[in-house]
Amino acid sequence: MTDQSSQAEIVRNSLKRRYRKERRFRMYGILAIFIALASLFILFADIISKGHTGFLKTTITLDVTLDSETMYLDDPTDEDQRSMADFVAPIIASLQEHFPEVESAAEKRELGRLIGTYGASKIRDLLKDNPDMLNTTQTMEFLAHDRVSTYVKHADNPRYSIKLSEQQQGWVDQLLEKGVIDTSFNDVLFSRGDSREPANAGILGAIVGSLLTMLVTLAISFPVGIAAAVYLEEFAPQNRITDFIEVNINNLAAVPSIIFGLLGLAVFISLFGMPRSVPVVGGLVLALMTLPTIIISSRAAIKSVPPSIREAAEGVGASKMQVVLHHVIPLAMPGMLTGSIIGMAQALGETAPLLLIGMVAFIVDVPGGFFDSATVLPVQIYLWASSSEQGFVELASAGIMVLLTFMISMNALAIWLRKRLERRW
Amino acid sequence: MIKLKTALTTLALAGSIAAVSAPAMARDTINIVGSSTVYPFATVVAERFGRNTDFPTPKLESTGSGGGLKLFCEGVGTQHPDITNASRRMKPGEFENCQANGVKEITEVRIGADGIVIANSKNAEKLDLTLEQVFLALAKEVPNPDGGDELVANPYMNWSDIDSSLPDFEISVMGPPPTSGTRDAFVEIAMQGGCKKYDFIKNMDKSEMKSVCHAMREDGPFIEAGENDNLIVQRLSQDPQTLGIFGYSFLMENTGQIQAATINGVEPTPEAISSEEYPVARSLWFYIKKAHVGVVPGIQEYVAEFTSESTWGDNGYLVDVGLIPLPRDQRMATAKRVKDLEPMTGNEL
Repeated sequence: MTDQSSQAEIVRNSLKRRYRKERRFRMYGILAIFIALASLFILFADIISKGHTGFLKTTITLDVTLDSETMYLDDPTDEDQRSMADFVAPIIASLQEHFPEVESAAEKRELGRLIGTYGASKIRDLLKDNPDMLNTTQTMEFLAHDRVSTYVKHADNPRYSIKLSEQQQGWVDQLLEKGVIDTSFNDVLFSRGDSREPANAGILGAIVGSLLTMLVTLAISFPVGIAAAVYLEEFAPQNRITDFIEVNINNLAAVPSIIFGLLGLAVFISLFGMPRSVPVVGGLVLALMTLPTIIISSRAAIKSVPPSIREAAEGVGASKMQVVLHHVIPLAMPGMLTGSIIGMAQALGETAPLLLIGMVAFIVDVPGGFFDSATVLPVQIYLWASSSEQGFVELASAGIMVLLTFMISMNALAIWLRKRLERRW
Repeated sequence: MIKLKTALTTLALAGSIAAVSAPAMARDTINIVGSSTVYPFATVVAERFGRNTDFPTPKLESTGSGGGLKLFCEGVGTQHPDITNASRRMKPGEFENCQANGVKEITEVRIGADGIVIANSKNAEKLDLTLEQVFLALAKEVPNPDGGDELVANPYMNWSDIDSSLPDFEISVMGPPPTSGTRDAFVEIAMQGGCKKYDFIKNMDKSEMKSVCHAMREDGPFIEAGENDNLIVQRLSQDPQTLGIFGYSFLMENTGQIQAATINGVEPTPEAISSEEYPVARSLWFYIKKAHVGVVPGIQEYVAEFTSESTWGDNGYLVDVGLIPLPRDQRMATAKRVKDLEPMTGNEL
């Protein structure tokens, strides 16, 4: 009896410790989740706090008198005259109306520096398209110089240094009060390609480049991946060769992405002589990279189709191909799509392989086709983050927000497709 | 079912169309590769050129000077770049490589100068360093401080250990990685310059001397910070005891937060860098492939824009982004040579 009671004693005594152990174990789990969530929160908070101002542009609205004498321009249709004309003068003249005390040439130049360098080209292009506007007064909206923009947005943020002179700061303050300088939604960001001037830099070129690249990637990796998965799963004999292929596909999924870039450089550019920096080559490289992901997830999806479906179809006399096309693929489609979309989302965020095939480049013009030089979203963010001008800091963060939006919507699409098409047995 | 089939066929078709490409197509955009130091200047010129002419904006890749020259010398044909930028002069070996690959006529353009500065936060004391002190602070092996012509692992941990006139804080310097042209130039000019102050190192055999002078210490005080100079600037403003090494243009952009140390008593001003009175200065270059002129439209016009007074002159717009212009007579002479696309002979290197 003593023996039993002492055993019960031991159990009772250890019970408390075991409960404590379990509580601790759960605490570790909660802590892990908390750390993950906290770092995600810090990341988002940091990006949004830095990047939200990137969605604002600073504009200066002026009534500009397009006087032919101040511009030295009689005939705006004449190219030679246009190249010799002074399109900055009318901007300075109309700014001067707000500050009649500005007289000296040096001060005037300082005043003109409030406007970004695109101001003059804006007037030139307007006159080129509408020659009859010469000697009229037009209300025009100009983008403020990067320095003005930094001052307006971040005057009291110690992370930024203000590079306007005291006098220029005074002018900007007055213009702000009059409502001549204003901030509004930054449509430039979504309507232009890259620029070395933060105020004129846009992300459209990168968005289009990403889109073209992803189209090529999808067009190649999706059909090839699914065909490979269907063959391996439904038709291939079980032998050493298929085992070998299977092991290699799994290994390929773990190969660092830069290796695919090297492959692209050696095969597509050096061997096939395809041009550098084009979406076709980028798409091909990324397709190779996403193929294993798609094959693996598609095989898993095909495997999860119950054998009873196949047997029933074969039972009513369907051929192997009919079984696959009519039953297995439609039922496995949600899984295949999810795998493909996740693979594509991964490819969308990739920069390393693109570095080697020349897609990390300064490209201003928005690409118009698969063979135009292009860059992609993550590369654009990288380029902005490493530029010296302060205005690019907020643009890089704004770019990250755009990229994250794309990623999240692609993942949401994958979840939605899965939920919608999923079938339970 | 039919829908699915059509969808699959369309995708497969699209795939095969995309996979078949026309190799070596005619190109109407100028392709430029090369140095990340010249990149900020060349991009500004390229953007202006694209905006003010009917030619498309040239495409610029920042591949580093060595990488750019390698691509440039691979051959003639539109799949190869037209122009390469470099933050150092072409080496004779690279010129021979070009010749061997059929890139016979190359025009060399020196566009200006750039200085490498050692800077710290404005909240800290301004430093006055000599090249010798820089070498002693950052080299892997230094001459024995107890005297004698022998090398020992760098014992200096505080600036004041090197020279009592320097402030008493830990040596902590952030600099570019070995892939960077700025690092090459820093090592070749600053480190080697400081190291040659010691006669016994100077008298060493050339390759041995280089391996001593070019080895940066790896025990902590020198921190490789990646190519992103912005990060260095951020770190400097947070930590006043840290120093950073970067190009002069970054100093110009961030004068609110950081200040440069004087080296051998010379302040890094544009004049001092241009005249090479400031010791850590170098020239910037680009190279034009003559065989592509007339094949790819706009090359001559782009080069003309680059070498016009309003671009690279004393009041040109490149000065605003930190280029240090050449003296006027040199600019004029270069512009003329470039206009005629005078090829290099290989002897000038």
